[in-house]
Amino acid sequence: MDAIKKVEGDKKDHEVKLFALSTCGWCKKTKKLLADMDVEYECIDFDKLDSDEKKEMREELKEHNPSLSFPTIIVDDDCVIIGFKKDEIKEALEG
Amino acid sequence: MSEKMREYVEKDADENSYYVCPDPDLYEDLLEGLVENQERYGYPSCPCRQASGLKTYDADIICPCEYRDADVDEFGMCYCGLFVSEEVSEEPDKLEPIPERRPPEILEAAMDAEEEPELEEGEDIPVWRCKVCGYLAAREGPPPICPICKAKADRFERFNFSTG
Ligand code: SF4
Repeated sequence: MDAIKKVEGDKKDHEVKLFALSTCGWCKKTKKLLADMDVEYECIDFDKLDSDEKKEMREELKEHNPSLSFPTIIVDDDCVIIGFKKDEIKEALEG
Repeated sequence: MSEKMREYVEKDADENSYYVCPDPDLYEDLLEGLVENQERYGYPSCPCRQASGLKTYDADIICPCEYRDADVDEFGMCYCGLFVSEEVSEEPDKLEPIPERRPPEILEAAMDAEEEPELEEGEDIPVWRCKVCGYLAAREGPPPICPICKAKADRFERFNFSTG
C-alpha cells in the first residue's frame, strides 16, 4: 500500500488532504466516513513514509496542527479538522 | 498474535479497574494496530500516535502509555479509546476524540535524533531530576511530563549522586 495516494471519489468540490496513521482506529473511521461520503481525497499514511518524507510532511502537518496528531483533515488548505469529528467533517465537505 | 494482545490488554484493564473499548470495531482495529507496532518496533507503541522507533523516546507511549490515567480521569477514555471508565463502557456514545496530551516536542526530538542516545559501556540507567519539584526517575530518558508537577521533559536534568 502506498504511503501517499489519491483515493477516488465522485465528490470533488473540495481539495481534501488526510494525514493518518495506518494503525490508528480513529483514522480508519475517518477513511470510512470519507469513503461513505464518496469524497475524493489525498491520503497520507504518515507511519508508512520513509524518514526523509516524514521530515518533509512533519513540517507541513505542523503548519496546520502543531500537536502533530492524527487524523488531521485539511480542506482547501485552510479548514483544519483535528480528530474524527464526524459532524465537523460532514459540514466542511457537504456545506 | 492478536489474541495474545487482547489478553494483555484485558488483563491490564482488569488490574487497573478500567474497561476495554466498548466499540467492537474500534477495539479490533486498535488491537491490530498494537500488534503491527509490536512487529515493526519490537514494542506495542500507541496505535494512534506516531512512534519514532527509538525506544528511549517512545517509552512514554508504549501501551499502556503514561497519559492514560490522566485521560481516563478527565475524559473517561485514553487517547485511543482502548481503555475507558465504567461510565463510558456503559455508554459507548460517549467515546469521542479527545485532545492529545503528549507534547509534540518528544516526537520531534526523536525524529531529529535519528538514533538512540548512547549510554557509556557499564554506565547505569541515569536518574533524572525534575528541576521544578525535585521528583527523581531512573530511566533512559527524562519522562515527557513530570507525574508530580506536570513540568515538561526539558525541565529535567541528569542527576549525579556524587557529593563532590
Ligand atoms: S492512548 Fe490508550 S491505546 Fe494508546 S498507548 Fe495510551 S493506553 Fe494504549
